[in-house]
Amino acid sequence: MIVGKPIPFEARTKLHVPLFSAIVQAGFPSPADDHMEKSLDLNEHLVRNPAATFFVRVRGDSMRDAGILSGDILVVDRSLTPADKQIVVAMLDGDFTVKRLCRKGSLVFLKAENDSFPPIEVSENQDLVIWGVVTFIIHQAR
Amino acid sequence: MKIALVDCNNFYASCERVFNPKLIGCPVVVLSNNDGCVIARSEEAKALGIRMGTPAFENEDTFRRNGVAVLSSNYALYGDMSSRVMSVLRQMVPGMEVYSIDEAFLSLDGGQGESFARELRATVRRWTGIPVSVGIANTKVLAKLANRIAKKTPELNGVFHLTSSGNPDEALARVNCADIWGIGRRLAERLASGGIRTARDLKHADMPWVRRTLGVVGERIARELNGIPCLTLEEVAPPKKGIASARSFGRPVELLPELEEALATYTARAGEKLRAGNLLAANIHVFVETNPFKPEQAQYSAGAQITLPRPSNFTPELISAALSLLRKIFRPGYRYKKTGVFMTGLVSGRNVQLSLFDKPQGENDARRALAEAVDRINRQLGTNAVRYGAMGTRQRWAMRQERKSRGFTTRWTDLPVARA
Repeated sequence: MIVGKPIPFEARTKLHVPLFSAIVQAGFPSPADDHMEKSLDLNEHLVRNPAATFFVRVRGDSMRDAGILSGDILVVDRSLTPADKQIVVAMLDGDFTVKRLCRKGSLVFLKAENDSFPPIEVSENQDLVIWGVVTFIIHQAR
Repeated sequence: MKIALVDCNNFYASCERVFNPKLIGCPVVVLSNNDGCVIARSEEAKALGIRMGTPAFENEDTFRRNGVAVLSSNYALYGDMSSRVMSVLRQMVPGMEVYSIDEAFLSLDGGQGESFARELRATVRRWTGIPVSVGIANTKVLAKLANRIAKKTPELNGVFHLTSSGNPDEALARVNCADIWGIGRRLAERLASGGIRTARDLKHADMPWVRRTLGVVGERIARELNGIPCLTLEEVAPPKKGIASARSFGRPVELLPELEEALATYTARAGEKLRAGNLLAANIHVFVETNPFKPEQAQYSAGAQITLPRPSNFTPELISAALSLLRKIFRPGYRYKKTGVFMTGLVSGRNVQLSLFDKPQGENDARRALAEAVDRINRQLGTNAVRYGAMGTRQRWAMRQERKSRGFTTRWTDLPVARA
């Protein structure tokens, strides 16, 4: 599966989802006032390291069984060290691709998660750079 | 005290490469606004002899023969990548001064030396994809110089610690005066008349002579070469004195209505900048000019300014003031190359004196709400999604940016399409 060029992302906008809302009745203080907590910020949950986090759009379904579908947006953290069995965005011979990174001894494979796509064994003379580690998958439900 | 100067290598070209791996290893140049001149080059492009600041058309042959990737400047991308690099650096050192879009001075702790600089460099590279060079020394001028040496000497792998690498004079002897930060070609000529040609010469020159020849600023530079800090780290950016928005046209413009559209567009942009900084402008300056590089054409340039009845950042007010100035200075029969607007007399939006002619409070609130709504929509949907009527819709005068990479950083609607 080939993914699109990464989309840099900055956790600058904040999405505020109120923890609870109380209807204020005129003349009476809200009984919830003393219990207000700060709103939830989705960026806080999805983006651990804003300077190193980028968004990447997926096209193709070779990662279907890992829950990554065409059109999804990947949250990619470049500051994480890629480990075996992690889903990564990699640059292979000048193209961006998302795959599961697998190491067997000295061999490196980029594994698809879909039976119709065979694993790619990365040969010595191929140009492979792990671009970043996928931390979240954003999938639109409708 | 130790200071590091971190400089991104071929910054614009490097930004493009992070998102387009096909550009890696091939010569890349980035062109100025209007695709006019070369303003950034990858190492491969430098090796082809493509010079900084030369017009694109002069290089067309070289571009074609060598498969050079030629890109329009994508400032939205470079700005975003710059703030990422700066944010990584800020997390790693006690203090810093952002000196330009791709350079920062850092103050280092006592223990932070060359191995720290290597860690810094590797971290910026891994997190953002941008390669940087680091120069370390006791003063800003020396740190700049060390950085230059780090860049020009591949064996150093991007890091040079001036004061820990033997006698600094050896390094200083390799740097011409014109290449010292703050000296430049003109002052270097004056120094050369006194036999001072390299940084080492200037370091050991007679200080009273240096002061007589270059003034106090020059003397400070010479003292910094001796390792005596005279320039401090400016950690807080000075407040803005003026806001400008001006651009050259994609083609010559002769008609007033087209100039008006362009100026209204720039003024709207300046209004956005004012509101983003919570500022109001007291004065508006407008200018027009023809193309001085076409001496065979009739030349004209003019400017005018007005002080507003009270400081404002309300775009319709700014546009109507700017357009009235433009109509005053416009002369028919010229081929205009550029127009623009400056706002000066900036004051904080919080403490404005109300004038006698002020609108009632309710009306002010409504105007502010309108301007904020427009800014919000434009931030979400892209620049000028909502425009004021005076800005026009066709904008045939607009900048040429035929080879710009996508707005990877700034727009959901601009998401790159990928293959399956």
